[in-house]
Amino acid sequence: MAHQISVFAENKPGRIEKITRILAQESINIRAITISSANGFGVIKILVNNPQRAYEVLRTQGIPTYLQEVIAVVMEDKPGSLHSVARVLAENGVNIEDAYGFVVKSGEKAVLVIQVENQPRAQSVLERNGFQLLSDEEIYQS
Amino acid sequence: MPQEELARLQEERLRHTISQALKTPFYRQRFAQLKVDPGKIKTVKDLQRLPFTTKEDLRQGFPFDFLAVPLEEVVRLHSSSGTTGTPTVIYHTAQDLERWTNQVARCLYMVGVRKTDIFQNMMSYGLFTGGLGMHYGAERLGAMTIPIGTGNSKRQIWFLQFFKTTVVHILPSYALLLAQLIKSEGLDPKRDLNLHIMLIGAEPHSEETRKRIEEAFGAKAYNSYGLSEMNGPGVAFECPYQNGMHLWEDYYILEVVDPKTGEPCREGEVGEIVLTTIYRDATPILRYRTRDLASFTAEPCPCGRTHRRISRIQGRSDDMFIFRGVNIFPIQIEKVLMNIPEVGNNYRIVLAREDYRDIMRIEVEIKSELFFGDLQKLERLQERIQAELRSEILVTPEVILVEPGTLPTQEGKAQRVFDHRQM
Repeated sequence: MAHQISVFAENKPGRIEKITRILAQESINIRAITISSANGFGVIKILVNNPQRAYEVLRTQGIPTYLQEVIAVVMEDKPGSLHSVARVLAENGVNIEDAYGFVVKSGEKAVLVIQVENQPRAQSVLERNGFQLLSDEEIYQS
Repeated sequence: MPQEELARLQEERLRHTISQALKTPFYRQRFAQLKVDPGKIKTVKDLQRLPFTTKEDLRQGFPFDFLAVPLEEVVRLHSSSGTTGTPTVIYHTAQDLERWTNQVARCLYMVGVRKTDIFQNMMSYGLFTGGLGMHYGAERLGAMTIPIGTGNSKRQIWFLQFFKTTVVHILPSYALLLAQLIKSEGLDPKRDLNLHIMLIGAEPHSEETRKRIEEAFGAKAYNSYGLSEMNGPGVAFECPYQNGMHLWEDYYILEVVDPKTGEPCREGEVGEIVLTTIYRDATPILRYRTRDLASFTAEPCPCGRTHRRISRIQGRSDDMFIFRGVNIFPIQIEKVLMNIPEVGNNYRIVLAREDYRDIMRIEVEIKSELFFGDLQKLERLQERIQAELRSEILVTPEVILVEPGTLPTQEGKAQRVFDHRQM
């Protein structure tokens, strides 16, 4: 199982600078980052090599941070890969709440990170259909 | 004391106070102008025929127009900060201070402070009455008193821990800040401290704020009302039932009036508190407009005390602001915010004028523990705060969610309203 940290940030200059500075000082590596914003604030989701540690340092700095499980699915970096994941989930009635992806090795390997309502069910559906799911360590070894 | 006896005592003391007032240049002149025979003012009803005394009167009477005794009889003066003009000065004889001390001791005893208590007084000492007033009352009871004063939170925490302080006197806004600071030192204010009584005052605050303070410290918090013109802390105080503050009617005559017309309010109706000192010789003040808004009740209190109770202060007639034609008191906003669990303890009300339109922006700190990484939940929280505020103040403010600890904090009285509108 992979973990993602979510951080609350006001929508103003310097917020991402501050968060990434804290992570850099702790030598925490960022694999992927996504930001969604609403009315004057946003939530930054970050995939890092040491989520537990990142969670703790941000919390001790007083930054509202949340650690949660997500599903990281390995895909081939080629047309139609993402569709095949989405199709399996759709056929099994799994609703995707949030998703983002990144390429590990161009033309070869990519990872899709998804958040769904029923995590264990989505996991077993994907595994049953032959998809490889990554743990925190594997995201970095891959 | 039965109410009839209290009323008799009030009239006896009122007559003495009128005779003291006649020794002051201000009231001598006023009685002469009004062509009122001071000898005829014997009852509370008679008193109501006299005009009010205002803060402005006290200022114009600076320095000695309200002094009723020879200066050599005076042993102390207290003064308002004077930040908005000439200061107001209140003089005390030795006997006045003695009476005030007993008055404060009565308040403290009422909420359970005893000789065995350790009392840390976190209010400012000096011209401000909060520090010294409570200090002498606590000493009178025999409690060990730590005159630490305001600020320097690290030192406050050290004393709280080292001396196992049981009672504190503290500003409500500072109590909430201090709880955070104690936690950030890795301590639990409930487990690692020995507090059981907190005296909170000098700032109007809501019931919701009191609950947060009590929860944070695991102690009882009692509301204290006072103002320097009427001695200082101890004018009215909550009893253990925490349902209104007993106003000591053997020290003051209480009236609640409509701030616009000056007409008396009915029981339960919110108006301006007007007080007459009846147990002070050096500076007698008749019918003082406190600018504090509250209601009174004459309902018997389960504690058995017959002194009537006033509600918590609903605001000051001068801290009200007008937004798009609606009168709003900051305490109304505080009440709504402190009742929402996801909202942190610090907030700010910013008024601005943008494109010829008035904007009210409420900046609210969110609570870290209640953040679950969910954007939609935050949006819903924002909408909920906005809707609850609208139903309280009847206008729609902008609500800005901010990170905890980013709004400026103060160790002194908290400033909540920032009005940047150019009038």
